[in-house]
Amino acid sequence: MARPVRFNINAQADVKLVKEGPEGYSGEGFFATSLDKVVGLGRANSMWPLPFATSCCGIEFMATMGATYDFARFGAERVGFSPRQCDLLMVMGTIAKKMGPVVKQVYLQMAEPRWVMAVGACASSGGIFDTYSVLQGIDQIIPVDVYVPGCPPRPEAILDGFMKVQELVHNKEVIRRRTSDKYKELMESYGIQ
Amino acid sequence: MPLTNETITKKLTEHFGDQLTDIEEPYGLLTFTAPKDLNLKVMQFLYDDPELKFRFLTDLTGVHFPDRKGGELAVVYHLHNLEDNVRLRFRIFTDIAKPDVFTATSLFSAANWMERETYDFFGVNFVGHPNLKRVLNVDEMDYFPMRKEYPLEDQTRTDKDDEMFGRGGHIGI
Repeated sequence: MARPVRFNINAQADVKLVKEGPEGYSGEGFFATSLDKVVGLGRANSMWPLPFATSCCGIEFMATMGATYDFARFGAERVGFSPRQCDLLMVMGTIAKKMGPVVKQVYLQMAEPRWVMAVGACASSGGIFDTYSVLQGIDQIIPVDVYVPGCPPRPEAILDGFMKVQELVHNKEVIRRRTSDKYKELMESYGIQ
Repeated sequence: MPLTNETITKKLTEHFGDQLTDIEEPYGLLTFTAPKDLNLKVMQFLYDDPELKFRFLTDLTGVHFPDRKGGELAVVYHLHNLEDNVRLRFRIFTDIAKPDVFTATSLFSAANWMERETYDFFGVNFVGHPNLKRVLNVDEMDYFPMRKEYPLEDQTRTDKDDEMFGRGGHIGI
């Protein structure tokens, strides 16, 4: 008896197992495209996230890493705990003002190119903690690329935010964005050299 | 014979006379007020007495009563007799303009961080404390946030000023 397979590749279903490649010129046995497209493709599909989990959003991230939501299928298999090796800082949870310099230092220790994702209401805006001791959004100290709303966001939302980051890495930004004037200006506004 | 609140009250009044006021027992917890200069003497007596043996400092914190002129800041001590499992609580009041209180660190090591915390949030100056500096808040903070004249909300933010966030209303004083 045939076992039910939901996403059978031969069946008529709108499921692509392989993403379409970048634009380019292909012929027999070769494929030519520009280097930035290849590099962007490689970067987007092998992000090394650095989870900076301080509270409940971190618990949701643990679920995201688990088998059900399987963060690894986006190429983010390797969660690094050394900022020097990682290129995506995921700040998940309430950042107290006393924690602020720590977040900034972690960000500074990351090498370019680097991206930042603020997961959850607290990291994005302080959330319900509108109080003297809590940083009202990490964008007060470091630049943020993607905000994920929710309190806490479900794993699907974190995955969606991650796919937004991938899109940025792959398509939306030039490959050496650190040389652009806009990026330099942004860094300048945060007092980062 | 178990240690009762009556025994403790009797011993305290025998030793301190009528200096201890507001003696009451809400929910069975013996509570009284001591003059602020006597805080160490009261604790030492409760510690040393062979029958009372209050030798554990459960908690030490502050309260701000802005309407209580001349004694705006209260320091509350919770003591525990571990052998008889009896607790008591007493408090002292101090003027907010000169919040000097003797430190309890010589008697209880646990008072060290708890007094730092009380200083951090209420600005009570514990005289004789070995390391009286902020413990929970950022070192750059230049006020004592749990005093009632300061609003709870973070004042650096401008996009949370509408009624939805409770901004612009009363600040509790």
